[in-house]
Amino acid sequence: MSDITDSSTDGTTGEQARASWRFLKNHLREYGILFALIAIMAFFQVATGGILLRPVNLTNLVLQNSYIVIMAIGMLLVIVAGHIDLSVGSVLGFIGALAAVMIVNWEIPYLLAAILCLAAGALIGMAQGFWIAYFRIPSFIVTLAGMLVFKGLTLWLLAGQSVGPFPRQFQLISSGFLADPFNVEGINLLSLLIGLAVAAGLAGLAIRNRAAQARTGTPDEPMAFFAAKTLIIFVGIAYMSWLMAGFRGLPNVFIVMALLIAVYSFVTSRMTVGRRIYAIGGNEKAAMLSGINAKRLTFLTFANMGMLAALAGLVFAARLNTATPKAGAGFELDVIAAVFIGGASMAGGVGTVVGAVIGAFIMGVMNNGMSILGIGIDYQQVIKGLVLLAAVIFDVMNKNKG
Amino acid sequence: MLLSIRDLSKSFPGTRALDGVDFDLRAGEVHALLGENGAGKSTLIKCLTGAYRRDAGEIRLDGEKISPSSTSEAQELGIGTVYQEVNLLPNLTVAQNLTFGREPRRFGMVDGKAQRELAREMLDGYGLDIDVGRDLGAYSVAVRQIVAIARAVALSGKVLILDEPTASLDAAEVRMLFDVIRDLRDRGLGIIFVSHFLDQVFALCDRLTVLRNGRKITTETTADLDRVKLIEHMLGHELDRASEEAATTDSVADDRPELLRFEGIGRAGVVEPFDLTIRKGEVIGLAGLLGSGRTETAELMFGVRTPQTGKTRDADGPVSHATPREAIAAGFGFAPEDRKTHGIIADLSVRENIILAMQAHRGWTRPIPRAEQDAIAEDYIAKLDIRTSDADKPVGDLSGGNQQKVVLARWLAMNPRYLILDEPTRGIDVGAHAEILRLIQEITEEGMSILVISSELDELIAVVDRVIVLRDRKHMRELTGEEVATDAIVRAIASSDHAPDAARDHAR
Repeated sequence: MSDITDSSTDGTTGEQARASWRFLKNHLREYGILFALIAIMAFFQVATGGILLRPVNLTNLVLQNSYIVIMAIGMLLVIVAGHIDLSVGSVLGFIGALAAVMIVNWEIPYLLAAILCLAAGALIGMAQGFWIAYFRIPSFIVTLAGMLVFKGLTLWLLAGQSVGPFPRQFQLISSGFLADPFNVEGINLLSLLIGLAVAAGLAGLAIRNRAAQARTGTPDEPMAFFAAKTLIIFVGIAYMSWLMAGFRGLPNVFIVMALLIAVYSFVTSRMTVGRRIYAIGGNEKAAMLSGINAKRLTFLTFANMGMLAALAGLVFAARLNTATPKAGAGFELDVIAAVFIGGASMAGGVGTVVGAVIGAFIMGVMNNGMSILGIGIDYQQVIKGLVLLAAVIFDVMNKNKG
Repeated sequence: MLLSIRDLSKSFPGTRALDGVDFDLRAGEVHALLGENGAGKSTLIKCLTGAYRRDAGEIRLDGEKISPSSTSEAQELGIGTVYQEVNLLPNLTVAQNLTFGREPRRFGMVDGKAQRELAREMLDGYGLDIDVGRDLGAYSVAVRQIVAIARAVALSGKVLILDEPTASLDAAEVRMLFDVIRDLRDRGLGIIFVSHFLDQVFALCDRLTVLRNGRKITTETTADLDRVKLIEHMLGHELDRASEEAATTDSVADDRPELLRFEGIGRAGVVEPFDLTIRKGEVIGLAGLLGSGRTETAELMFGVRTPQTGKTRDADGPVSHATPREAIAAGFGFAPEDRKTHGIIADLSVRENIILAMQAHRGWTRPIPRAEQDAIAEDYIAKLDIRTSDADKPVGDLSGGNQQKVVLARWLAMNPRYLILDEPTRGIDVGAHAEILRLIQEITEEGMSILVISSELDELIAVVDRVIVLRDRKHMRELTGEEVATDAIVRAIASSDHAPDAARDHAR
């Protein structure tokens, strides 16, 4: 029996060559999106004559896109689980309105109000997830209904008026910056140090992972690729934090966003709950036969989405310093586009948090850059649409070839 | 000869779906194509209809070499197909369906009157009295089948392929359909009839061809063939070394302690209530033809479908297995038949696929540490000889046999007391096949009990202590000891008409 051969040994060299080729192509997508972001930034940096990366504009860019990024993280989980959530824009608007009514009209302390708003968001997510998970109503329909319902409830809650302004304390969520205890002239030293520490930490983690890979087997990634990628990420983060430190330091929202990215990256790549979302999105039947409670997990994924949409709602309201009935209209499309540009698959089971965040920033940089260049909103929409289409076509072609 | 196929071969990554198959179809005959799942029937048909490109071999229609590259090309050449799930549009009218793609036009617009007229002409001779102006969806499946046949015959008119046409029809509808088929045969069409209902094959077909594991086993005239012989052809009857070895291990079975006792487990329309006692370390086989209730039995035991009747007990009292989670908690495992759709999660790594059930069982609050995950994965990769460059490769990149081993590893890692394997060797190559059989024997020596479902009788008798024979969603007979041999099993499967009383006794 020892001379039994499996098909994989018959074609060892061929199979391995194909496997490594496929690996390279899979990673081409990952490198691709990072390089796309860098290329787009470089293009607008030149085209706008250096305005794009001015500290004040960079800070603005982060603030402008924070709520999209926050929602893209939740949407990534929803899409990986094989669903979609169209209601996030309306939920964002509704929670902003709820916060305004609670804080401005009812004079509830802003901290308590914020907590209540997050809870309300989670409840909204649960209400939608309940039908999707336990009654198998298509998520497209349930959240389309949610989109209409919460758009209407926002109007009702605000009685068609804008409500504001918020107390200064609440505005700080979006307009505040990290205080600097060092008091150095012209630079926020703490922000710079944090930025450098994060950059060094990420590089250190990458090197440690590679060392661990090297111990158990040969790392798939060529050394040159690894070194280049790590260096670009290190330099990129260090440079950004240097730029922002030169203006007013790291915005509070940026810290919140970075923490969310770190936490959700860890949850999706390392933690059981996160990996199970990939399992139910990849093959729900197999996951259920393995004893995974797919229904509860879907339910929780939507609850999480609702909570993050609520957080984005608070950030958005604090940024505008007012809640308007129009807030959040169409945001769901930007969020969904960001996730797909970031490499998630419509069929579920594929996608990363970092990809979705980069996707959001690609959209953000293009918005910002084209606005600086004075390109009309008409052309902006067309270009963004084509970029989304191109990214997904690239994905599908890439997959078909493999 | 209307249609002749010579030496047809078709491979997919990891499997050889068709291996040098010959097939002949005369004008004016109904020729049955038989075989279990994975035998190559649907691949053969897809090569004929242009859905697949063949790797080698030739197809001649009326003596001309043909090589259809799409279904529409095959249709134009004269090969029409009707599938079990009728591929017509229920939201259009019967007339629109029949004339779809060649509607009669008048002033550039569809001429509804001429269209209905044409449709009525096409249905002439099929014994249907229906309103061609109504939606197709308003009629029964049998009528839709006949409409689909009428369309296929009108479009193609030489060869008609019927793929499991009777699967969702009742007896009267089957008779109606058969009248239509016989009539077409008499008009000189060659008809290929794919079905797993042997009674229907004997009632309707002139000749039959049996495929198994991608090879043609035999072509026979139906009238000269008896049922036992046919089932032997379908399930295989080559006694080999492995099965002779197995015959000697049978006698030790009975003194082992009882592990589980299923009493009256059943569900209407799925499997009739059955009793089954399982001893520690025992391998039990489920034998029967496709559709006899083998997989359904496994699904009831594992809670994929919830049993409506009966209860299950072990030494400590009642055991609940109404859902997969409960079944897993009770120490059951289930490696399903369709690896791709029910087994692996292709985008996740080998390691993650292996620990999936284990982690699900522990709950998310007690994650398996990464080091332990790696150790488990490496352990099973070595133990089961899973050929992969590393444990973090997506399982979709592996060959079929290795994917199957990953699913096996998932359950072995749980160390279940009772493991159900549904067609564990389906669609994997010969080498991996033998390894999986060896594994089954190894793990039972450690005290695990196993239920194996297989269409390959040789394979079954090589590993099992007992065989339960199923037919028509009923557990018919239990064979032990000396009786565990291909001819006894084949006779038990075939005995429907010959010994119904005996069968009924055993079902109790």
